[in-house]
Amino acid sequence: MSQATTICEQQDLIINSGICANVEGQQIALFYLPKETPQLYAIGNWDPIGKANVLSRGIVGDINQRLVVASPLYKQHFDLVTGECLEDSACTVPVYAVELVDNKVILSL
Amino acid sequence: MLKVVIVGNGMVGHHYVEQLVASPVEAEITVIGGETRPAYDRVHLSEFFAGRSPEDLALTTREHYIEIGVEAHFGDPVVSIDRDNKTVITETGRSFGYDKLVLATGSYPFVPPVPGNDQDPCVVYRTIDDLGAIKAQANEARVGVVVGGGLLGLEAANAVQNLGLETHVVEFAPGLMGVQLDAGGSAMLRRKIEALGVTVHTSKATEVIESNTAGDTRLLMKFADGGSLATDMIVFSAGIRPYDQLARDCGLTVGERGGIEVDYHCKTSDSDIFAIGECALFGGRIFGLVAPGYRMAEAAVSQLGSDKQSFQGADMSTKLKLLGVDVGSIGDAHGRDEGAIAYTFSDERIEVYKRLIVSKDGKSLLGAVLVGDCSDYDTLLQYYLNGIELPADPETLILPYNAGEAPTLGAAALPVTAIICSCHNVSKGDIVDSMDAGFYSLGEIKTETKASTGCGGCAALLKNIVDEEMASRGLEVDTSICEHFAYTRQELFHLIKVDSIKTFDELLEKYGKGRGCDVCKPAVGSILASLWNDYVLEEKHVGLQDTNDTFLANMQKNGTYSVVPRIAGGEITPDKLIVLGEVAKKYNLYTKITGGQRIDLFGARVQHLPSIWKELVEAGFETGHAYGKALRTVKSCVGSTWCRYGVQDSVAMALYIENRYKGLRSPHKLKSAVSGCTRECAEAQSKDFGVIATENGWNLFVCGNGGMKPRHADLFATDLDDETLIKTIDRFLMFYVRTADRLQRTSVWMENLEGGLDYLKQVIIEDSLGIAAELEQQMNNIVGTYQCEWKTTIEDPERMKRFVQFVNTDAEDEHIVFVQERGQPRPATEQERLQLLDKSA
Ligand code: SRM
Ligand SMILES: Cc1cc2nc3c(=O)[nH]c(=O)nc-3n(C[C@H](O)[C@H](O)[C@H](O)COP(=O)(O)OP(=O)(O)OC[C@H]3O[C@@H](n4cnc5c(N)ncnc54)[C@H](O)[C@@H]3O)c2cc1C
Ligand code: SF4
Ligand code: FES
Repeated sequence: MSQATTICEQQDLIINSGICANVEGQQIALFYLPKETPQLYAIGNWDPIGKANVLSRGIVGDINQRLVVASPLYKQHFDLVTGECLEDSACTVPVYAVELVDNKVILSL
Repeated sequence: MLKVVIVGNGMVGHHYVEQLVASPVEAEITVIGGETRPAYDRVHLSEFFAGRSPEDLALTTREHYIEIGVEAHFGDPVVSIDRDNKTVITETGRSFGYDKLVLATGSYPFVPPVPGNDQDPCVVYRTIDDLGAIKAQANEARVGVVVGGGLLGLEAANAVQNLGLETHVVEFAPGLMGVQLDAGGSAMLRRKIEALGVTVHTSKATEVIESNTAGDTRLLMKFADGGSLATDMIVFSAGIRPYDQLARDCGLTVGERGGIEVDYHCKTSDSDIFAIGECALFGGRIFGLVAPGYRMAEAAVSQLGSDKQSFQGADMSTKLKLLGVDVGSIGDAHGRDEGAIAYTFSDERIEVYKRLIVSKDGKSLLGAVLVGDCSDYDTLLQYYLNGIELPADPETLILPYNAGEAPTLGAAALPVTAIICSCHNVSKGDIVDSMDAGFYSLGEIKTETKASTGCGGCAALLKNIVDEEMASRGLEVDTSICEHFAYTRQELFHLIKVDSIKTFDELLEKYGKGRGCDVCKPAVGSILASLWNDYVLEEKHVGLQDTNDTFLANMQKNGTYSVVPRIAGGEITPDKLIVLGEVAKKYNLYTKITGGQRIDLFGARVQHLPSIWKELVEAGFETGHAYGKALRTVKSCVGSTWCRYGVQDSVAMALYIENRYKGLRSPHKLKSAVSGCTRECAEAQSKDFGVIATENGWNLFVCGNGGMKPRHADLFATDLDDETLIKTIDRFLMFYVRTADRLQRTSVWMENLEGGLDYLKQVIIEDSLGIAAELEQQMNNIVGTYQCEWKTTIEDPERMKRFVQFVNTDAEDEHIVFVQERGQPRPATEQERLQLLDKSA
């Protein structure tokens, strides 16, 4: 069952970087990359390797054409589209559907 | 499908599961572990006492086993094997049928049968549960004794010492580590660890352990020679015994002194039952190390498929750090071979002992012992394992370098069979093969071969081999900073400067490809800051910064941050000290004096950082740049103002230097110190640039550091007046900022400069390149545009929007939980956190 929630407004986002939202107790890392299509990406904020809620605070970029965020703790890369960890494919973080509608950021759990 | 049951989920049992899952064999896998938790890293058990949690030590989790389709049960040991019906039965009465059974039950610590060994303060050291017992006993103890002076005993002694106890080691034999070391090595080891405060008692047989009714300790050990030793707790670490009872009970062949006998295929006397790891006896030996166990696991898995491999025994050479002392043992340390020639080097001043055992004809290395300095270990091991012919004077291999250059073994000299990475059993041939298959970057080769992804000890050798192979193929060694820029940091610096590039996007468009990553972005961010010194959190730079730079604080393991205000030169007024105390109390922060003469406040939640800093800035503090690749601290000694020997005002100079260069962004962090006389209490010679007062002015030292590979700084210029000193430092720092590689400290940078220190002197002092004025000018610009990033940040509401935990609610991150220890908060371990949650539920 997917349920759409408005999390925040476009102006709350930070260009080329991440913020964190709490939706029904789940921590979600939201990345805003205005030059990409789509422009918004949402994955779990929990770093399964560093074991802390930090992924929203990592640096975004691309590795072999895959959009990724690097964990600020131990620098493993997580694919923003699939949630897969590039260094350890057994580790995957959840991904969520998110879109920008009329300046509002809408996420489906 | 083939039903495989694995009994025991230790390091080797777990490796077997991983190998089996990765193999083409289709199997239904069941794991039965006797301990309550899935496999963990026993080898690094002692790190628990240095702060690693059980979760950090875990090799796998229950969830992971579920994900890979393995059925696993923990805390319910197998109590019998019914070979006729091919089932095993557990303590709680469950039974599991198998087609193939794998025994990976490991071993248990041997406790000598001494009367009184069953009292509470007598413990062993093998499992995570044992750690809890040791900690509990240690809490009420002042003195701790380890029985056993072997490898594991000394590990245990390290743990006991880490717990803050007066530590003794009691050994039955005349020397420590008798298996791995000869008498000379053993004596040097004893000398070194006694210097570390551990008392060693050798040739001692314990006869009885009594409870000590008379003295102020809990126990009294009495020895056969009439002596005694009072202690509060005893850790037995006097050897291991294989868990082989299951095998005995069901009639499998076991060795005379224990251990389940196996053949080259790791099969026991029942061809459907395998035994691997520390419970298995191969060729009359038990291999008490993890790597041979892994090789057994691999051999055993291969028997289920078509490509059968055999286990051939294993090399037991080891390199370890015991109580901080480097110890290495290769091959036959005792020189048992007839006619073997030994070479010994011993230096009691620096406490180093090295011994080589060489064959009669002087051509091959049979064994070696190294104590106090293991830098030759890798080279010697390659000689030993690959039977490489020794140089004509083998002693040069262990003599100190100043006695003539030691012939280090180039990567090209190694045969293709040489094992480069012993963690993952990767040979030079495997590396060359992966290069043949088109993988040329270190990263790719690591992923392909797994080399250097275990303990990391082989990283340097791996890089040498790859570089040398590249060169021999006529390929250029790729020095690109990452996949987005085919330039080195130095080249990028020039491009940015020459083209006056002001943003990352501009640079990417002109000289790069893709979108950038966590390697090039912070590096370019740092160059932009060195050159133009903009506020680092301006919108165009925000995405470039590491979290530490973004939040102007250092991220800690639980996602909170540390706050480090600048305390220049280590000088602080009582009023400011009080403010630090008050802020720490108000925000529940852990406080600690750092190794850099200032005060670190730990455990700040991201949303509290601005208000913490607001209070600090109001009290006159500035950011300490502990997060940045920037100037850190300039330590000082009290100098001529107070000290009877001081010849210059070292505190004033340290303050001046720290305030001048604060905020300077550099390839790596920069540290400095100023001492008031040659006694050097500020340790200036261990700094990137250090200043020592003389009768006539100042001596400048450069390119030193502590850290992973300490280096003494070199004397650069003498008797400088204040003005010349600062000019020289300006030039030196700017030249470093311009030309060093990313994350290269000044020492490594200088060593890599062609011409080294002399060249540096020419450029900086004699201005051989004619750039001195420009370097000074550039430094003056930076100094003139300094701003405290925290002050700028809290004054700007737009910047503050990042400092929230959640964008959509004021809730806190409930995963961040603290417990009190010694009157201060610290992050709760996962276990403590779950317990607290349970209680509150
Ligand atoms: C807090 C402190 C330990 C303490 O409790 O005393 C500390 C803590 C850290 N050190 Fe350090 N170092 C501290 C003094 C030192 C010293 C001693 C000194 O400065 O006199 C050294 C050896 C001297 C040297 O650097 O030459 C030191 C050598 C390192 C190294 C190894 C550097 C090297 O070149 O080998 C690292 C790793 C790195 O930078 O890559 C490191 C990295 C770190 C990091 C940043 C690790 C990290 O990324 O989390 C730690 C975080 C600090 C924090 O969160 O605030 N720390 N570290 C000390 C802070 C000093 C300060 O006031 O700024
Ligand atoms: C403090 C310490 C430091 C060490 N340092 C090093 C080092 O630096 N280098 C090195 O190479 N090695 C080191 N070792 C040795 C290394 O840990 C072992 O070689 C390795 O753990 C052996 O793996 P294993 O799987 O055979 O046995 P174990 O890891 O002991 O695992 C066996 C498991 O089987 C379980 N078991 C036993 N009987 C049953 C049963 N009937 N039913 C179900 N389960 C059962 C046990 O509870 C245990 O969990 C160290 C060991 C210790 C204790
Ligand atoms: S270096 Fe030592 S002796 Fe010299 S001034 Fe400083 S404190 Fe005094
Ligand atoms: S030897 Fe441990 S990673 Fe290679």
